[in-house]
Amino acid sequence: MADTAPVQPFASEADAFRHGLRDALGLPALVLLASMTGFGSLARESGFTALIAVLSSAAVWALPGQVVMAELYAAGAPLLAIAVAVAGANARFLPMTVALIPQFQQARTSWRWRYLLAQMISVNTWALAMRRGPSLPPEQRAPYFSGVSLVCMGSGVIGTACGFVLAGALPRVVTLGLVFLNPVYFALLFAGVRHRAGVLALLIGAALGPTIHLAWPRWGLPMTGLLAGTIAVLLDRAWEKRRG
Amino acid sequence: MDEPSLWIVLAVATGATYLWRGLGVAVASRISPEGDFASWMSCVAYAMLAGLIARMILFPAGVLGETLLEDRLAATAAGLSIFFIFKRNLLLSTVAATVLFIAIIAVRGA
Repeated sequence: MADTAPVQPFASEADAFRHGLRDALGLPALVLLASMTGFGSLARESGFTALIAVLSSAAVWALPGQVVMAELYAAGAPLLAIAVAVAGANARFLPMTVALIPQFQQARTSWRWRYLLAQMISVNTWALAMRRGPSLPPEQRAPYFSGVSLVCMGSGVIGTACGFVLAGALPRVVTLGLVFLNPVYFALLFAGVRHRAGVLALLIGAALGPTIHLAWPRWGLPMTGLLAGTIAVLLDRAWEKRRG
Repeated sequence: MDEPSLWIVLAVATGATYLWRGLGVAVASRISPEGDFASWMSCVAYAMLAGLIARMILFPAGVLGETLLEDRLAATAAGLSIFFIFKRNLLLSTVAATVLFIAIIAVRGA
């Protein structure tokens, strides 16, 4: 598993890709399978076809945005409202992409390849690459990230299909457990972050997020990110300065 | 409902999400990887994700809203405790928190 993986470069780029596959094949794949099962069921109840449900997991590849899309479609919302709501729910991809993509630039990857890598970003793949990437030689980072992403996206797509088929057949308690698995796994995944600025940002974000969300349901998350992220950076700087 | 409108909904949702990803790549190519802007963006990303996760647990949308806040908090707290007690074991703590949550709601439902 990623937590216990030794921090050393891989033998080759192909080896980095294989390790990416392997790091994702455990808990990340299981969590995606389970949480996308929840989405598959929701998609069916919202009137989606199986093809659209499965395609959305690969094309949108962002669970909160997919949930918003399905719920608004079921409610008969106009297209513009769906576009704005999905953009609001998925705005985290801007800072996530800006933080991750520079990892791949030192290896002189082509710009087309970088736009493709950006499509593979999700909370899971981002967290694994942010943790492991910097310790790898630049040319092994994109192969490692691709391996992680291939398994994660595959599991997400399979989970969506399973959920679509199983909709209504699972016991209520199990469905609720599968839906709960997603946030609790992410909470634990980020509890493993060790660098000070990241820890500060996570703590302040978790504290401010729910309150700001109540005030601005649609754009509360970007506001939380900007506010809590900026406070975290400033606190981290002040701390650094005091230490001298 | 008719098929074509579903395809348009999918295209719109994909576009609205890729907009941020594409913009991110464009911005990333203009900044230094180890610079101040990159570390600020990484903090903004962490804060947004933490806010999202906290919101999903405290004010869940959809079916999870049927469960009690104290049950969700108890299972999350148990997961975090196990995570730190057992040397940051992600698998153990995730499974324990989820199983505990299912057990609590099963008992309440019985």
